[in-house]
Amino acid sequence: MQCQSCHKNPAQLHFTNVQDNRMTEVHLCRACAEERGLVGVPATPKFSIADLLATMVDKMSTTEEERVGPVQCPSCGMHYSAFKETGRLGCADCYMAFQSKLRPLLRRIHGSTRHVGKHPVHAEATPSPARALSRLYEDLQRAVEREDFESAAEIRDRIKGLEKQQAAAAPGPPEA
Amino acid sequence: MDLETLARSPGPWLDGSGPRSDLVVSTRVRLARNLAGVPFSHRARDEQLVGVLGSVERAAKESPSFEGGGLLRMHELTPIERQFLVERHLVSHELSDGARPRGLYMGSTERLSVMVNEEDHVRLQALCSGFQLAEAWAAAEHADEELERSLDYAFSDELGYLTACPTNVGTGMRASVLIHLPALVLTKQIDKVLKSVMQVGLAVRGLYGEGSEVMGNLFQLSNQTTLGHSEQESVESLDRVTRQILDYEERARDVMLRDARVQIEDKIWRAYGSLRYGRSMSSQEVINLCSAVRLGVALGFAGLPPLAVVNQLLVFTQPAHLQRGAGRALEAPERNVLRAEFVRAHLERAISETGEGGRG
Repeated sequence: MQCQSCHKNPAQLHFTNVQDNRMTEVHLCRACAEERGLVGVPATPKFSIADLLATMVDKMSTTEEERVGPVQCPSCGMHYSAFKETGRLGCADCYMAFQSKLRPLLRRIHGSTRHVGKHPVHAEATPSPARALSRLYEDLQRAVEREDFESAAEIRDRIKGLEKQQAAAAPGPPEA
Repeated sequence: MDLETLARSPGPWLDGSGPRSDLVVSTRVRLARNLAGVPFSHRARDEQLVGVLGSVERAAKESPSFEGGGLLRMHELTPIERQFLVERHLVSHELSDGARPRGLYMGSTERLSVMVNEEDHVRLQALCSGFQLAEAWAAAEHADEELERSLDYAFSDELGYLTACPTNVGTGMRASVLIHLPALVLTKQIDKVLKSVMQVGLAVRGLYGEGSEVMGNLFQLSNQTTLGHSEQESVESLDRVTRQILDYEERARDVMLRDARVQIEDKIWRAYGSLRYGRSMSSQEVINLCSAVRLGVALGFAGLPPLAVVNQLLVFTQPAHLQRGAGRALEAPERNVLRAEFVRAHLERAISETGEGGRG
């Protein structure tokens, strides 16, 4: 088979593209494929959902972005424009911060904007010792980050206490 | 479980024991979760990712589903070891780059594992042999509930589990089956079938090699959307469509045998002959030869190795598996010789255990 681009070299790489429920195949030699940016480091495929998303977002919301100016997530500081480039949000709060922009996008991807299905079952229930411990570790991390070593020492002591308690309370493996 | 044990074990999901193993290699259910209060992996600082690794490790230690397991930290592994885990489908390319604090928590077998700090903090996956969607979902859901006892997940009532990429938000679930469709490919009906699959909202992916043929006639079918349908609904819809495709494939096999029995038999036995006596083989060649032999086993040809052996060849002959076995990095030509040697030895062992008929 010949390369469909240069019609000179034998086609070595074969791509299947799916768009609007239509599948097309492209057969290229390595040089032409490289030229089109279709081959790179094998570990990071060039064509990703993120790219696809980014182009979708782009088509949909440039006008709105132009109208209201740059939008930023108050929690992680991520700009909406960065999401458009990478297809990835910065943190859970981005969903709230970019709500009005994400809604039409979610509808396009999923055909819905409302979760149906599993909820965390333990989140609202009484905190288990393990959950409390995990929270404390996160608090400790945050205290260290803001160089609040006084709080950090205090949290560390509470962790030690709780771990000792747990070790004493659980002589055998936990029941299933 | 450590890498040494992993390298020696054929992998329980590969044993060819599951339902419809003749057509379905494996079933997988993956759940994406993130810890509340920590930025998603790509925006988090290394210290935060280290914190996530610790939290997930503690949670998994408390979880009976992961009993006897442990955490592998990616940066502590060699590139070949990381690639080995990728070939085993336990770790993604993204997780395997080893540059950031990432890890794999594995239970006592490969059936249950968690990728930590991939695109999402937690990627829990359950893997089953053959066609076992309900079972894989049950295992994933059970482990999810256990981990959630000690992990606070980012969740909203409206949008469900919040994920780094909006394509996963909601259930965070991706259920998939790896199916073998040689007859649909040979009879050139595969495009039509795949298009109809996409129309019903499922995603399909073939393994492409350097030929225009899909490598090994293997296709992965999965749910596309995660918002608006419950996990149960998604699993059931994938189950329904998969059954239909398996039905098409079986009908195509019948037609093929009726109209071209000799050609099919010839292709299968030549493939087996190459595996049995070849002296140098590329990875892709082994995959394609195994595909033909797999078809023969499914069609009930006497004298071929059992499915488990064919599955093992597919996994064990990948580059990092060979290099790990050899204990050093090998160039492709050297690997090809070693691969052919491995295949011959593996088949000989299978013959001495089960006997070779060759009656065809």
